[in-house]
Amino acid sequence: MTDQAGIDTLQYLRGQTARHVRLQLASPSEIVNPLLFFLLVVILFPLGLGPDPERLALLAPGILWVVALLANLMICMRLFVDDFEDGSLEQLAMASMPLALSVIPQLLAAWMTGGLVLSLAAPLFGMMLGLPVSAAPVLVASLLMGTAIMLLLGAVGAALTVGVRRGGILLALLILPLYIPVLIAGTRALDEALHSGDPAVALAFLGAGVTGGLLLAPLAIAAGLRVSLEL
Amino acid sequence: MTEPLLMAHELSIQKGVRALLSNVSLTVNQGDVWQLAGGNGVGKTSLLRAFARLARIEVFGRLERCEDVLYSGHSAALKGALTPRQNLMTHPSGLNAPSDMAIDTALEAVGVLSHADVQTARLSAGQKRRVALARLFLPSPRLWLLDEPFTALDVQGVKVLEARFLEHARSGGAVVFTSHQSAALGDELKVLNLEHYCGD
Repeated sequence: MTDQAGIDTLQYLRGQTARHVRLQLASPSEIVNPLLFFLLVVILFPLGLGPDPERLALLAPGILWVVALLANLMICMRLFVDDFEDGSLEQLAMASMPLALSVIPQLLAAWMTGGLVLSLAAPLFGMMLGLPVSAAPVLVASLLMGTAIMLLLGAVGAALTVGVRRGGILLALLILPLYIPVLIAGTRALDEALHSGDPAVALAFLGAGVTGGLLLAPLAIAAGLRVSLEL
Repeated sequence: MTEPLLMAHELSIQKGVRALLSNVSLTVNQGDVWQLAGGNGVGKTSLLRAFARLARIEVFGRLERCEDVLYSGHSAALKGALTPRQNLMTHPSGLNAPSDMAIDTALEAVGVLSHADVQTARLSAGQKRRVALARLFLPSPRLWLLDEPFTALDVQGVKVLEARFLEHARSGGAVVFTSHQSAALGDELKVLNLEHYCGD
């Protein structure tokens, strides 16, 4: 009986994840836009700072992480809006599945089409800023975890503000302070990697953040969605 | 004999300081088709949402209902970017995905099978409505709570839907729907006129 329920739950989660990925792929602009934003800003920096490769390489960790953070904010702003407007969220809230569980497929799909793509594209952007290729593994690893944490935190804010008209600025005000530790740890890992230090501590901090976020954020997101739906 | 699917006892709904409906009692048994009737703004949708436990308003009184329920509101939870077939494949609240054959049958029943693989956003309002209603032709929960299901449907669409209501009721389900028109469902239709429960 419980085994059957477990299989059903897994099937449900898999089906919903596929649905959300399909939805994302159906409107590719939402995947491409954050990437384009990333690319444009990275192109602008050398123009503003001058083409000196050494100075750019010095600033690259900070630039890459701040831009990744802002691109992630763009993703979070869209997160629950469509589902709120077309009634899907109400249906989700009515389902027999706990809301904290049934938001996970959506988060997973959003990360796969957002944070994952950004992280994998980041070494390319890093090269444009003169970041040594040797730092690429740490850059990808830190962004993979960092984008996951930022998505989870951002989703809490998005859940709370989805019912607010033009809640974008409110969302930014709510969650940007929470992004600061992630930003510090991420740039720290890159700096250590660049100056032949040990990035393990900063990466472990990010890893702990992902684990804690995965455990706690869905509960906060579910509570936030209930507030927004006024249930 | 059988347990009622929904039992509301002296339910009152308050919107802000204004009492919208007071002392509504309703028992929905298996095989019932109930229409919540009344003019615009009388509280049909509010009561239906209270039944669905989706109320954004204060509800007083006792409400018991089975968990096996399908609610369809003004917004149809359809994704414009997906095709009707993909929309039916997974429903946000549905645990089990219906089979491909069940989806084809449902789409055929509401007459949009020929548009099954077109983006839903390209369909007309009535066609979208039909896609949303195709969920009623899939294996579905016992209790249906439907808000204005006849909106934007043509005469033939209304007939198909009414026939489906009766079929569902006869197979042990129950339907509660809101409408300000009178439906042609004959003797089996029970009407709760909310005009009688207005205010204090």
